[in-house]
Amino acid sequence: MYVAVKGGKEAITNAHKLLAEKRRGDPRVPELGISQIKEQLGLSVDRVMTEGSLYDSELAAIAIKQAQGDLVEAIFLVRAYRTTLSRFGFSIPIETTRMQIQRRISSSFKDIPGGQILGPTYDYTHRLIDFTLRVPENVNSEICRAESAEKAIQNNMTRVADLLANEGLLDNEATYGNNGPVADLTRDPLELPAGRDVRLQNLARGDEGFILSLAYSLQRGFGASGHPFLGEIRYGKVTVEFVPEELGFPIEIGEIPITECIMFNRFMGSSDTPPQFIKGYGLTFGHCERKAMAMSIVDYALSSRELGEKNEYPAQDEEFVLFHSDNVQAAGFVEHLKLPHYVDFQADLVLMRNRLAEFKNDGRKNRGIEDEQAI
Amino acid sequence: MNRQSNIQSKAGTKNSCIDSCIMEGYNYAYLDEQTKRMIRRTILKAVAIPGHQVPFGSREMPLPYGWGTGGMQITASLIGSKDILKVIDQGADDTTNAVSIRRFFSRTAGVLTTTRTQEATLIQTRHRIPETHLIKDQIIIYQVPIPEPLRFIEPRDKEVRRMHALKEYGIMYVKLYEDIARHGRIAKAFDYPVLVNGRYIMSPSPIPKFDNPKMNRMPALQLFGAGREKRIYAVPPYTEVKSLDFDDYPFEVERWPLCCALCGSDSSYLDEIILDDKGSKLFVCSDTDHCNKRVDKGYRGNQEKPVQEAKTCIRTGERKCA
Repeated sequence: MYVAVKGGKEAITNAHKLLAEKRRGDPRVPELGISQIKEQLGLSVDRVMTEGSLYDSELAAIAIKQAQGDLVEAIFLVRAYRTTLSRFGFSIPIETTRMQIQRRISSSFKDIPGGQILGPTYDYTHRLIDFTLRVPENVNSEICRAESAEKAIQNNMTRVADLLANEGLLDNEATYGNNGPVADLTRDPLELPAGRDVRLQNLARGDEGFILSLAYSLQRGFGASGHPFLGEIRYGKVTVEFVPEELGFPIEIGEIPITECIMFNRFMGSSDTPPQFIKGYGLTFGHCERKAMAMSIVDYALSSRELGEKNEYPAQDEEFVLFHSDNVQAAGFVEHLKLPHYVDFQADLVLMRNRLAEFKNDGRKNRGIEDEQAI
Repeated sequence: MNRQSNIQSKAGTKNSCIDSCIMEGYNYAYLDEQTKRMIRRTILKAVAIPGHQVPFGSREMPLPYGWGTGGMQITASLIGSKDILKVIDQGADDTTNAVSIRRFFSRTAGVLTTTRTQEATLIQTRHRIPETHLIKDQIIIYQVPIPEPLRFIEPRDKEVRRMHALKEYGIMYVKLYEDIARHGRIAKAFDYPVLVNGRYIMSPSPIPKFDNPKMNRMPALQLFGAGREKRIYAVPPYTEVKSLDFDDYPFEVERWPLCCALCGSDSSYLDEIILDDKGSKLFVCSDTDHCNKRVDKGYRGNQEKPVQEAKTCIRTGERKCA
């Protein structure tokens, strides 16, 4: 006798238990500590904080542990927590010229005031697996520590872009005409056409892989009119200041490491805009250079509307980019196909069976006509 | 009948803390009160303009987008301690996602839950409308994946919003006409578009078109939440909801030549259950509550004759119940 399927509740409980077991892995292997993730998987933590839109390395590390290192899942965990936090105000804009620089390079100029500072980067490493890492450091004492530089890095470095702006060769943010209150994508739905504030928020939260591929498509000719130039990328700590209403003056509430990227894009001018370089902007929490660079390239591509340029390619199309950049949304919707759909499938089955039956009937009829003609 | 019998207590004693206690560190029903107020305002606007999609500041929920976050936000913003919640997915109370959402609200809001349609004050649903007629004072909350009925004809939001504003629905009728010209009928089996109150074309969510007629002049309030797409819309009680059609091609629903193998119902939406490798099938009610209720009353279907080939009779509409 057929008995209707049941037992979803028990199955879920058991699945969660299995998941916990799988997450822990072999119990003979020591469990990962949150501080280990924070200290030794810092770039994962940075990505989770950036796309999770929440600066909290501890929370990001817990999320990474909980998600077994699945960063999109970890980002989702952080977002779902973030949304429950009450908001008591907005910080005043961070000033990146006052960054305590750890890394800062420009590929547009050979030398820049303050100097090129390579900092911690994979850029010039040979991508050879380092088998010495197989042995923990306390056993293998040969792993080096970096020596401190003789001269401290200069603070308060002017942005390279500001050096060029004086010549009138760079666009001015004022052209975007957005001096009102900054929009908040996490509180308001995305509406188009989107202002640059919304666009940048969206890209900052957007999936690194998606933004990266869009930027790549632009470089390969799907949209970009010219080669973008890295005006500057800088990484270091900035101070976050907040003005509590009862005090009325800014107080420092902490320091956060960020990556900022400014990309120069050649714009040949239009009837109302003079020829100039247009800045594309990228900003992330922590050290996410690839993301910041890709973001700055896509930011520029999406300004085609403001600049009166043609909008022909996916990366220039704000509906396409902004509505599909969020990996929490995308992952959820793609994976919802795992949910049962048998009601809808049944409806389609009924439709298709009818269609097939008619198709067969029509076929017979058609053959019948041919037969008659043959006679 | 003991009305309480099927209501599950919030203070379940068996499953330690998983089901029994309200979650610590979170507000009642998860969302903060300001967010709930924002959502209720959106709902009021939606009710005032039947069928119109109202954008709202949809929040991240702890369930993935596409798994009912829109419906959950509506439920969270409406639910109170006196409510009794029913959650169904594909018509059934015990499908995994329905179980998961029901448990979410018993954990975060400590509400009573039920599987009985007539006992519920709030019904959150995915892909079905219960067979039992809903009554006034009940609220049915649909989970909506793509709220825009014109999306697959015109993907651009700017364009479709203008079409809605101008009531310029030509492309939809052209699409339906093309279906008829090519396939002999409108090739839409679920998420079949409706016209609400003679004004807005609306997506009924991916319910089978079998359920569409239930929406018309329904005494219960119908709310639709699309979390990822950040839209809420509504059909107020007793509002006209018309499935789009043509005079010479009137709207019709799917029918089976069979009855439910468990309860013998000849009027419910049926799921197809494949029994063995040879493809023998049985058809059973998709609405588990409806089916159980009939079985409790002593109705029985015929399980002796599994079907080898599912014949449909969409045009004839007569069921031959064994």
